[in-house]
Amino acid sequence: MITKTLSVDRADFEARTGWQLKPEGACKGDICIPLAEQPEGDTLQLESIAEQLNLPLIHDEAHGLWALGPESLSSRALATVEAPNLTLPTLDGDTFELHSLRGKKVVLVAWSPY
Amino acid sequence: MWQAFREDVKDQGVEVVTVGIDTAGAEACRHFIEAANPTHPSLIDEHHRVAELFGVVNIPNAVWIDEQGMIVRPAETSPAPPSVGVERTPNQRAMDEPPARVVEMMTHASQITYDAPTYEAAMRDWIANGTDSQFALAPAEVIERSGPRSVDTARGHAHFEMATHLELAGEHQAAIGHFRLAHELVPDNFAYRRQAWSLEPSVEGPLARFWQGPLEGQEADWPYESDWITDVKEMGAANYYTEWKP
Repeated sequence: MITKTLSVDRADFEARTGWQLKPEGACKGDICIPLAEQPEGDTLQLESIAEQLNLPLIHDEAHGLWALGPESLSSRALATVEAPNLTLPTLDGDTFELHSLRGKKVVLVAWSPY
Repeated sequence: MWQAFREDVKDQGVEVVTVGIDTAGAEACRHFIEAANPTHPSLIDEHHRVAELFGVVNIPNAVWIDEQGMIVRPAETSPAPPSVGVERTPNQRAMDEPPARVVEMMTHASQITYDAPTYEAAMRDWIANGTDSQFALAPAEVIERSGPRSVDTARGHAHFEMATHLELAGEHQAAIGHFRLAHELVPDNFAYRRQAWSLEPSVEGPLARFWQGPLEGQEADWPYESDWITDVKEMGAANYYTEWKP
């Protein structure tokens, strides 16, 4: 997740990271991590939430940008087997959401033109 | 070919989704997608979200997801199904007189091994039998096989996203520094390296993105620690893809 400010929109954070902020904590799949500080309202303080979920937050000072990386909870790339709602554009710029295929098996294949 | 495979299995409750991972975006992918003419979703992933989210480390890599949205096989080498026709992408066309670097790359590439029929058979078994298939893995096994993710590799993914963001903002030189950190911190991700190499200036024409290394006589200007040929020599072409486990 790229941001110019450390105050970020809660819905953006949830969509981009897959972490849902619930009363019981930050949840992804079958994992819930209790938060010491309950976020309130529609804006999150990224430094606090990053620290609590142990998400790397890097800063490019020259360009005034922050990048928030993923979790490393299980020491493996996947923390849970619940597939995230991968949301990407098609060739024509339409938005596709992986969750639209619930009820079907999916073979998700990565390729590249280089 | 994935499109032909998809047409073959589409009535069995399965969908193929292809994801073109390229910071150069839709226009770089368009030629290949239009040639394949897919009837399945075909997506563009400029920031390699599939690396961070699914542990994709190379191409082709595939993830299997069941009807409930649960991953039953994490990212692994996924040769295109051979029973429904051989894939011929535009870059595989024969060239009359390829440059020496490309000849060397093709020599190494010809030694890269994978077992496409076995992978296709496993996929068809899962499509037919679902959770009863021996190839649908238990959750703990899926997580275990999904590849390492330390605090450092997580930071490497953040640097990669910063790099792709800067690249798309026209800040190529600034992107290089973050690409380099991503390469160092996520060493098992070969797609991260190939992506950065493919964005460097090289020869004119259709080979430009495949050059993936310094031009002859301009080695001192190459901004990365390695390049395609150096890396593949070091790992050995036979180890380019990790061996598929049932």
